[in-house]
Amino acid sequence: MGDRLNLIQQEALASIEQAKDSNVLEEIRIKYLGKKGELTQFLRGMGKLPPSERPIMGQLVNKTRRSIESALTRKNEAIERESLIKRLKDETIDVTLPGEKPQLGGLHPLTKVLNKITDIFFGMGFNVAEGPEVELDYYNFEALNIPKNHPARDTQDTFYINENVLLRTHTSPAQIRVMEQQQPPIKIIVPGRVYRSDAVDATHSPIFYQIEGLVIDKNITMGDLKGVLDIFIKRMFGERTRTRFRPHHFPFTEPSAEMDANCTACEGRGCRICSNTGWIEILGAGMVHPKVLEYGNIDPNDYTGFAFGMGLDRITNLVYGIDDIRLLYENDIRFLRQF
Amino acid sequence: MVTERGRIMLVPIKWLKEYVDFDITAEKLSEAMTLTGSNAEGISELGKDIHNVLVGRILDVAVHPNADKLVVCKVDIGDKILQVVTGAPNVKVGQLVPVAIDGALLPGGTRIKSGKLRGELSQGMLCSFQELRLDEYGEIDNGVDGIYVVDQEYLPGTDIKDALELSDEVIEFEITPNRPDCLSMLGIAREAAVTMGTRYRFPEILVKEISEKAEDVVRVIIEEPEMCFRYCARVVRDVKIEPSPRWMRRRLAAAGVRAINNIVDITNYCMLELGQPMHAFDLDKVADRTIIVRKAQKGETLITLDEQKRILTEDMLVIADPEKAIAMAGVMGGLNTEVTGETRDIILESAMFEGGNVRLTSKALGLRSEASSRFEKGIDIVNVERAIDRAAELIVKLGAGTVLEGKVDVSTLPLENRIIKVEWKRINSLLGLELEPCYISSILESLSFKNEIKGDWLEVIVPSFRLDVEGVVDLAEEVARIYGYDKIPMTLMEGSASKAMRTREQTLTDKAKNVLVAMGLFESITYSFVSPRVYEKIGFDIQDYPKSVIISNPLGEDQSAMRTTMIPSLLEVLSKNRNRSADECKIFEIGNVFTVDPENANGLPLEKLSLGIGKYGNRVDFYKLKGQVEVLLDAFGLLKEAEFIVSAHPSLHPGRTAMVKVEDQKLGIIGEVHPDICRNYGLDSGALIAELDFTLLLDIAKTEKYYTHLPKYPSVARDLAIVADKDILAADIETVIHQVGGSLLNEVKLFDIYEGKQIPQGKRSLAYSLSYLSMDRTLQDKDINPIHNKIIDALQTRFNAQLRK
Repeated sequence: MGDRLNLIQQEALASIEQAKDSNVLEEIRIKYLGKKGELTQFLRGMGKLPPSERPIMGQLVNKTRRSIESALTRKNEAIERESLIKRLKDETIDVTLPGEKPQLGGLHPLTKVLNKITDIFFGMGFNVAEGPEVELDYYNFEALNIPKNHPARDTQDTFYINENVLLRTHTSPAQIRVMEQQQPPIKIIVPGRVYRSDAVDATHSPIFYQIEGLVIDKNITMGDLKGVLDIFIKRMFGERTRTRFRPHHFPFTEPSAEMDANCTACEGRGCRICSNTGWIEILGAGMVHPKVLEYGNIDPNDYTGFAFGMGLDRITNLVYGIDDIRLLYENDIRFLRQF
Repeated sequence: MVTERGRIMLVPIKWLKEYVDFDITAEKLSEAMTLTGSNAEGISELGKDIHNVLVGRILDVAVHPNADKLVVCKVDIGDKILQVVTGAPNVKVGQLVPVAIDGALLPGGTRIKSGKLRGELSQGMLCSFQELRLDEYGEIDNGVDGIYVVDQEYLPGTDIKDALELSDEVIEFEITPNRPDCLSMLGIAREAAVTMGTRYRFPEILVKEISEKAEDVVRVIIEEPEMCFRYCARVVRDVKIEPSPRWMRRRLAAAGVRAINNIVDITNYCMLELGQPMHAFDLDKVADRTIIVRKAQKGETLITLDEQKRILTEDMLVIADPEKAIAMAGVMGGLNTEVTGETRDIILESAMFEGGNVRLTSKALGLRSEASSRFEKGIDIVNVERAIDRAAELIVKLGAGTVLEGKVDVSTLPLENRIIKVEWKRINSLLGLELEPCYISSILESLSFKNEIKGDWLEVIVPSFRLDVEGVVDLAEEVARIYGYDKIPMTLMEGSASKAMRTREQTLTDKAKNVLVAMGLFESITYSFVSPRVYEKIGFDIQDYPKSVIISNPLGEDQSAMRTTMIPSLLEVLSKNRNRSADECKIFEIGNVFTVDPENANGLPLEKLSLGIGKYGNRVDFYKLKGQVEVLLDAFGLLKEAEFIVSAHPSLHPGRTAMVKVEDQKLGIIGEVHPDICRNYGLDSGALIAELDFTLLLDIAKTEKYYTHLPKYPSVARDLAIVADKDILAADIETVIHQVGGSLLNEVKLFDIYEGKQIPQGKRSLAYSLSYLSMDRTLQDKDINPIHNKIIDALQTRFNAQLRK
């Protein structure tokens, strides 16, 4: 009987080996292991054996059964793998065809640069404040130590609504508004839209953006002004950028300064961008004038501070190499897509 | 910060060297002075465009063998004799003339080469006045047609630039408005000397006077002491009007002033040298030889030197004689007392007028002069006298007249020193420095601030030319700029830990922009002023024009109204891009719109942020735009509360306009642009816009989120397709479904709309997927069926909607 069992096993294993798909394998399984399968039949025939031989023969049958079963499983896996490989091959696509892009829009370059500047100042502990664009003469001029009849008030520079109301010519009015609302320590920047009655050309726009800065506390020095702005420039234009402070004049700061950064395009050697000076004018700054502190109800004997103001348009143009301010307000979609 | 445009002061180096010695280059000087506060804008090199032009003596003039109008000259240029062909009619043997030799460069870039002219060798060119552009150097064109003849004796071969003193360098300084003293050679010399650590000198003034006394000839009466602080007059007899000498014309030209005649040139020269404007009257034309400084009378007129008739008002200050006005004080002289060729005697005026009044007058007259702009900024009261003496000295030196003894000098301001007392430590604490008091003192001293240290205090006498210095901060700037801004160490202020963070509004604005960008929109930034007539262009009836904030002095009528809506801005951007043939354009802008606010006591308008979206292109339609608005509302936690209500707007398609409402507040409008309006903007039909009140959106945004338990039981989906009249709004149907569905109805989604053959005309089929969910049990048919049937019934009753089988 053992021989027959052997024969069944060989036969089964051989046909499993030759099977091509899972259907054939299932037939083989039924033929040998099914209810009427050969091995089942064989097992039934075991009743005729003497009881002493039955356990041995039983073991043999089970061994054969396991052997066939595992051969079936192996073959099944092999077939499945093969058909998967075939399917994957069939499913091959040309991955170099263009992707289906969801359309991504874009922020205006002024916004992108403003966000960067804002982040730099947040990092240094400055909050962001805002002020109205249509402003009182008092905040725009008078409280900033620009009295009536001061040349800076000439109508050629300022858009007026009426005698007392105008379009702010700078973001500096926010200095007074913040001082009125808040006691020192004050540490803010104020970005915003400002207006000057300049005719439009490559470097002038009647509307542009400024970012004002104001720090007021006890013992604020001009060294602090330099330190803060130097860090700003390094974060903005790279750690190797150097700054230079020159004396200047603003009615609302004293001492006043203009800050240049060394030209990053030519690294200070002189080029077209910096008109061969090696330096690019970035912003105006200074120690808050005591009269301005008084207008803001802050005692200049107890507190000092510094203020600065920079043109966002100018910095944006420097960052992106834009050579005409008009592009910023024309909103040509081909321009906007570049950022 | 407002940067006022500074005034330009042109400083010729040769002239500057009269007051201060230095041998550094003009470039080094400009760099150094820029760092001490006199911003040098550039250097121009005079004579740069003339090269290899020499003085030559004409030895021989011969007829040209081949040309009637040409002559052949032999010219001695020192080391050799050249043959030069010229067509000039005025050449004569013995003349000294400018010869451009082979390789010479002339103004305008002309290069001269040796060559043959009608067969005769010509080794250069004889130059005319115009060819050398000598007018730019203040030289007088004698009007002779032909070669410029050098009028003084020079060795042949001398460079013409040396002979005529053409070479110089001129630094262009931009002078800030607080430093009018630097609008003079003297002021610049002072700054240059301090910058270079040296001293400046001003030539001593010696006036040769005759014995007749000025005070016996002329009287000065100041009737307005608040407007005229000092008035000096001198009398000059036997004036001889002629051109001034070459050195003076050169200096004036280099400093940008045109030479006219000796008297005018001298007053201009003194103004450039000392900063003091001056004026000359014809003595014989001044009635009663009496100068009165008074206010103009109402309706009084004066013809000024520019021959314009000026109508004066009572607040203007005039110089007058007892009969008439003879000058606008500090602005311009009158034609009635002009110095002319016939003038015999003159009154010289040097005065100090109040700047504010001069400014108002010159503004009112629309007449700005060199003098007025100097008075506006403030002049040095001490210079009033010095300048008139300097002018008198020059008049005698130049032989332009004889000067009477003394001057009439009327002051209404005491000429006393202004002293300020400050704690010197505050200079250090403001700058972040630790300078010794004696060092501070010496810097101030070098800037002409006499001072004395008294313990903690510093007593400073402010020089009369520094009207801008009032207190400790001004002195700190003086110290800092000479010590060097760059030497102030950089520090970071101490202070409590940073409290900086974005406000809710800033965070939400960033979020809105990022969401819109992620949906394919580009941010635009446009001007906030529009034409007051733009409302017609966007379809408003005239009675519906909003009341705008109007600019009283706009750049133009079309930019004179502050925008009240973002719609014109959006359409303008779409229009421009369409004109440039962009196939599609999808933009948004967040910016202020302005409305007149009668409630505001100060007259300030209401500024509100508006969010506009605009687009055109192939794949845009109402529902895509609506979807984007919905996504934005979702990002702001408002989608559930938002309603889109059928609406009308003059700029929009009447059948494709919705008002966006959130909890009964009108948030904005969305729709397809009306074809008429599209046409107005050169757009194809189908452009879309939305405008939302962004200030309101920021206000009502729901940013807090709370967790709700996830359902433990499965939801059950049931589809519901109904056929109803086309004009029944989907929003109304959904409202009923929700009302009837109650708390177990979790979600309603429209998944199909059908109109067509299988449905009666005028009707459409809407297919919804309804999802039922309970948080505490698995729903069975017996739970759902009654509700679902009730919904069907309700739709049938309310809308006559039939279940689609």
